[in-house]
Amino acid sequence: MNKCVERIYNGIIKENPTFVLMLGMCPTLATTTSAINGLGMGLSTTAVLMFSNLLISALRNIIPDRVRIPAFIVVVASLVTVVQLLIQGYLPSLYDSLGIYIPLIVVNCIILGRAEAYAAKNGPVESFFDGVGMGLGFTCSLTIIGMFRELLGAGAVFGHQIIPEQFHISIMILAPGALFTLAILSAIQNKLKLPSATNGDAPKSALACGGDCLSCQGCTGMMNHAVLAEKKAEEVAAAAAAKKAAAEKALAAKKAAEAAKAAEAEKTN
Amino acid sequence: MAKLLNVSSSPHVRSKVSTKNIMYDVAIAMVPALIWGVMQFGIRSLIVVAATVASCMLSEYAFEKYMKKPITITDGSALVTGMILGLNMPPSIPVWIPCLGGVFAIIIVKQLYGGLGQNWMNPALAARCFLLISFASSMTQFTDPATDAIASATPLAVMKSGGEVAWMDLFIGKIPGTIGEVSAVALLIGAAYLLYKKVISIRIPGTYILTFAIFAFIFGRQDVNYVLAQVFGGGLIFGAFFMATDYVTSPITPKGQIVFGICLGILTGLFRIFGGSAEGVSYAIIFCNILVPLIEKVTLPTAFGKGGKKNGSK
Repeated sequence: MNKCVERIYNGIIKENPTFVLMLGMCPTLATTTSAINGLGMGLSTTAVLMFSNLLISALRNIIPDRVRIPAFIVVVASLVTVVQLLIQGYLPSLYDSLGIYIPLIVVNCIILGRAEAYAAKNGPVESFFDGVGMGLGFTCSLTIIGMFRELLGAGAVFGHQIIPEQFHISIMILAPGALFTLAILSAIQNKLKLPSATNGDAPKSALACGGDCLSCQGCTGMMNHAVLAEKKAEEVAAAAAAKKAAAEKALAAKKAAEAAKAAEAEKTN
Repeated sequence: MAKLLNVSSSPHVRSKVSTKNIMYDVAIAMVPALIWGVMQFGIRSLIVVAATVASCMLSEYAFEKYMKKPITITDGSALVTGMILGLNMPPSIPVWIPCLGGVFAIIIVKQLYGGLGQNWMNPALAARCFLLISFASSMTQFTDPATDAIASATPLAVMKSGGEVAWMDLFIGKIPGTIGEVSAVALLIGAAYLLYKKVISIRIPGTYILTFAIFAFIFGRQDVNYVLAQVFGGGLIFGAFFMATDYVTSPITPKGQIVFGICLGILTGLFRIFGGSAEGVSYAIIFCNILVPLIEKVTLPTAFGKGGKKNGSK
């Protein structure tokens, strides 16, 4: 269970898909014109991501490696269709404001990215919670971006008007505003040095590659986890052996010194 | 004897030109346009320009203080940015709007990219476009100096909708418009000062205005009055002499400057004659700012001794 909580923390803070991994930029920039749109987009993505991770992880041993990407897409697309019909049925206003971006969840890189990087290599329960974490991370980021843009551009918080109309900076709810907000929030995230995969002084990750995504040359994957653990164990054993040897040596030297002393004492006697 | 042997390291001959000199020359060159704006639109326009300059300088000071960088407000670059932005405002604008623009110009466009010399986009123009998109109604409410009525159409808008304007009015500046752009003659006095002091060369403004005039003649109306009104109307003269020649955001190679001017002329013509709005100088200059690295790369002059015919080849 601890692993599941770790996945959620990882998704929201450490590998936040928007501010740290910089994935899924298209819906991030396009649908955050208001906080409620961001929240809606984030939650629909979360729903798809949770179940796509679960299904793909469950099917990971059945899907042949060569056709895995089409297979993932089929799973994701079916889930997106379900979500789309549900939103259209129960939240028609959200459906209208998100428009084309709901069907486009199919090609959201967070979903394919997590399927490929996590769900295809881990068990269903962990993958499900990875999906929850990543989805909530995405939802939080989108809602925060949406709140800033809505407040500055339309003077409202979740639709409640609080700033009179002549003070609206309407560029903020247009495309450039999305880029400004995203850049400034990412800068703040970096400045605060919240623990993330891209911060140099973040605690060392348990990943085989050290979690240093900033200077990553390509995925080393989970495979060399075992190799690295073995190497580490070897190192620890070697260090222990060296220590033991040193201790023995010291003991021997001490014994010799004592013997010499005793001999000397005998001599003087 | 000891004095004679005291050799300093090169360079031995220094030019007196510095960032400070250039910036203050540009600021001086804008004074005629400012005076004309104040005469036309009243003391309120002076307040707008002063507030913009103050906002630019304060944000530069605050940002550099906060980032613990050397304070550069005395080099005049914030003053010039503030003056250009202030002169680009309509006289009746609420004062806080250009102040917000000043903060945007200095902090977002200039300082976040590393300060003077590092910004790829003209800060004053970026701020103007930011304000134009954000506060479209306040930014396009122009006062007509003749009748003192608010919200009259600019000559460019009149021409866009098929009307006729006398180019002499535009040349002198008895038209509605932003504080600094209305009088072509006041701007040309400033431009002549800059050319005389060799702060700018004629290459960019010359090719810009010429290309635009030819474009307007071919694709607009084949009428001298129309072409002259297009050239003297709107921000073309102001943009060509004061904004397109910004050292940081224009090419440094002589050939590149000509290419830059031609690109500007064509784009401005496209935006003005075929675009949705009557004015297109700001967007044309910003667009060409992005092209500058490319233009410089293509027009890099050959170093002395390099290139040419090699021995043995024909």
